[in-house]
Amino acid sequence: MSALTIRNLHKRYGAVEVLTGINLEAQTGEFVALVGPSGCGKSTLLAMIAGLETITSGEIWIGDRLVNSVQPKDRDIAMVFQSYALYPTMTVRENITFGMESRGVPRADQAEAVKRVAALLQIEQLLKRKPGQLSGGQRQRVAMGRALVRDPKLFLFDEPLSNLDAKLRVDMRTEIKKLHHRVGKTTVYVTHDQVEAMTLASRIAVMNQGSVQQFDTPKSIYERPANMFVAGFMGSPAMNFIPARLAGPANISVRTANGSDATLALPTPVAAGAPDNLILGVRPEHIYRFTTDLKSRKPAVASLEAPVELVEPTGAETLAVLRLGDLEITGRFEPDTAPTMGEMVTLGIDMSRACLFDPTTKALL
Amino acid sequence: MSTPDLTVPVAASAAPPWRERLTTMAPVLLLAPSLVASFIYVFVFTLWTLYLSLSNSSLLPTYGFVGVDNYVSLWANRRWNIAYTNLFLFSAFYILGSMAVGLLLAILIDQRVRGEAIWRTIFLYPLAVSFIVTGTVWSWLYNPVDGIQAFVRGLGWSDFSFALTANRNTAIYAVIITGIWQSSGFAMALFLAGLRSVDPDLVKAAQIDGASTFRTYRKVILPTIAPIFLAVAVIQIQFAIKTFDLVAALTRGGPGVSTTFPAIYVYDLMFQRGQIGEGAAAAMMMLAALAVVLVPYSLWIVWRRQAEGRDG
Amino acid sequence: MASIALNDRYDPEAAAARRRYFWSRFLVYAVLTFFAVIYLVPLLVVIFNSLREQPEIAQNGLISLPRSFRLDAWADAWGSYCISGTCEGMRRNFFNSLWMTVPATIISTVLGAINGYILSKWRFKGSEVLFNLMLLGVFMPGQISLMPWAFLLGKLGLTNSTYGLVLIHVIQGISFTTLFCRNFYVSIPDDLIKAARIDGAGFWRIFRKIILPLSPPILIVTVIWQFTGIWNEYLFGVVFTSGQEQPITAALVALTAGGTTARAYDVMSAAVLIGALPPLLIYLFGGKYFVRGLTQGAIK
Repeated sequence: MSALTIRNLHKRYGAVEVLTGINLEAQTGEFVALVGPSGCGKSTLLAMIAGLETITSGEIWIGDRLVNSVQPKDRDIAMVFQSYALYPTMTVRENITFGMESRGVPRADQAEAVKRVAALLQIEQLLKRKPGQLSGGQRQRVAMGRALVRDPKLFLFDEPLSNLDAKLRVDMRTEIKKLHHRVGKTTVYVTHDQVEAMTLASRIAVMNQGSVQQFDTPKSIYERPANMFVAGFMGSPAMNFIPARLAGPANISVRTANGSDATLALPTPVAAGAPDNLILGVRPEHIYRFTTDLKSRKPAVASLEAPVELVEPTGAETLAVLRLGDLEITGRFEPDTAPTMGEMVTLGIDMSRACLFDPTTKALL
Repeated sequence: MSTPDLTVPVAASAAPPWRERLTTMAPVLLLAPSLVASFIYVFVFTLWTLYLSLSNSSLLPTYGFVGVDNYVSLWANRRWNIAYTNLFLFSAFYILGSMAVGLLLAILIDQRVRGEAIWRTIFLYPLAVSFIVTGTVWSWLYNPVDGIQAFVRGLGWSDFSFALTANRNTAIYAVIITGIWQSSGFAMALFLAGLRSVDPDLVKAAQIDGASTFRTYRKVILPTIAPIFLAVAVIQIQFAIKTFDLVAALTRGGPGVSTTFPAIYVYDLMFQRGQIGEGAAAAMMMLAALAVVLVPYSLWIVWRRQAEGRDG
Repeated sequence: MASIALNDRYDPEAAAARRRYFWSRFLVYAVLTFFAVIYLVPLLVVIFNSLREQPEIAQNGLISLPRSFRLDAWADAWGSYCISGTCEGMRRNFFNSLWMTVPATIISTVLGAINGYILSKWRFKGSEVLFNLMLLGVFMPGQISLMPWAFLLGKLGLTNSTYGLVLIHVIQGISFTTLFCRNFYVSIPDDLIKAARIDGAGFWRIFRKIILPLSPPILIVTVIWQFTGIWNEYLFGVVFTSGQEQPITAALVALTAGGTTARAYDVMSAAVLIGALPPLLIYLFGGKYFVRGLTQGAIK
């Protein structure tokens, strides 16, 4: 059963169309991430699910109830805000019980619920403190506690980790994932961080300019991005986009650094009706140093030569900036086999993992 | 994804029940009385006075229309011209004076002085005291027989002369000095807050660049708090235009009519001389003076806010 | 150790810098003291004169250390001095001012807080425009409203009464209090309100439990501003009330204007202090918060 269904949702502020025809659904217990650059409308969408923004047109269903005109408090949702939105004048305990008090939950039940949540999030020792006396990570926990205590149908997270420093963010990410496994609540999670979306979500909706570009599992989104926006947004370093020309039914040619063309064989023929000019999308990790051994392991590898312009070792891997025609592409190498600066390296591109895009529609072919 | 859209766009919501509609209306309903009152106060009252200024009202408001007669006779009046000149003179010196003193005090206090709170309290307390009290006390101090002049002469400097309020030509300066005394503390407080809000890294950078303290203030700190200068000026100019109490208590417009101000004159026309029509015209001129200052200022504020909005 | 040895060596540049530092500090305190004297002298003069005997004042002038000490002038000014024919001192006028200032301050502050809350956290279409219209009230010169008020107070039967002044000050004050509170509340994150709405809190509960507990800084500013402003107001007081009903500012002017004969500086000084005391006390207790809050919210 789907816990959340969104049908053809529109949001307009005056003449500005912020959301254009959003369709989404989340199964019970699912973790859906809304990801996209700032201004793509993801937070507006979340606010509309919460009932904090009005709906211009379309439908939002929570469970089997149409909630378009239902007040936030009656939607059976809980929300964790980017700023945490902890009530500054209340203690942690009061913050957690505020919602229950508003609803007139008996005192004894409140105490019970606080105990349960505090234990779950290990914030028992913080209950008497005020938000101002907590560290960033602790505030984050309290904010989640306040949401959890409600036992809602739907959990909404609005960029909850973006105010934490890098290390804490990774820790809290893991904790959110664990927590989701334990409580199994349907969750909608807004983030601009594609890594967060990839690691946490069972399905990701990639948004741009007010519409959903692709809604799929992290694996499909990463491997078969629906269009160049999704391909470029998901993954870091970003996918390389290389202009290419069709050269036969299963061959394409690209311009190399010395101005000549290199022909790359595709594992499967290009679909009929594809334009002559294409964009070849290759992720940095699918670029290797070409060896015969590689060719035997990955038969779809196509080779081409490129000079190395810059090398960036990060320890675990080494990124190399390579020249191809008049553009620079990035390859990701094992430190042991990484090229050196100035070297003319023969690259092996795994064409079975490459994507082809139509340069005018930007869509995947 | 892009599933074909089969759903018919439904009206966003069925009409919510009346109770809910009442809840959503609550803010508007609560605001309404204040809004209506403010609306009447600002617009109806202004139009009313405008109308009176075009009427032949004398002792009592009447509504015979006489066009701009009241304005003509107002501007033909010598006393009104003195009042308006005084207003400009007073505004200029009063604003510049209290800003200069306020800025000086703020910068001095900003030098990490000891007992900052005490200094601040001393300079700011006149703000809590009414213009009536200030004016009364300073009128005593200006009094040549009992005040400062007598005191200094008592010290042995027997031909010392300090009798601003006794002289037609200097009485206006007594008003100016007293005004500055009253409100330079306010300017100081705002400037001090501004100085404190300057990014300390900016000051450090200037020091490392070898700028002297004076240069740092002139080139780095003061330009960044420029909007505060404007805010202080606008607030003070309002005080200036509305100046009534201070003069009423300090000089009562005298000697003669030398310290008449528009606000004093309005009061006189309306309540002492029974020339309500002309008094209303004078009041409208005060409003005009305010508008001349405030309209450009608020346009500038709006423009700045929009510019910030674009950048942000 | 090395650093101590270094310090012992005479460094002419460091010595010059130290001298410069000393003189610049000296100058800072000298100028501050100069201004402090100017600011304090009028206050001290009035306090001293309220305690001196009138003959002594007449002999030594206003500016002089007290050589006599008595509180009679205070008692006179409070209860028995004659102002335009009535010999009851300032007592009545003091209470007139109090009964005018306290209700007007409370009512306008409460309204301002609610208005500010709505205009910052429950915005609706056109609320910004309405806010800007209310703001115009801040700039209105009182003279514009004199005649309309005179008419309105007459119709309401509130001429020559404290209630009339309360009404005027409430309506005039709403613009200020709304401006202060709205600008302060805008800086409270909207997320708090959203979180509370999801938590099931409504309009009033959010106001009571979240907004009000955060409000003391701005309420202090508003109350101080309104209290001192209304207490010190003169124009409406002198126009719409007379004699026994006048607030203290109007009475002070009447008192000090009385007679050109030998002026009773002792009683007048005490009267001035009585008139200045309530706002001064309010300011002394709350001034610190006033400046802080003013720069936080009010002036933007």
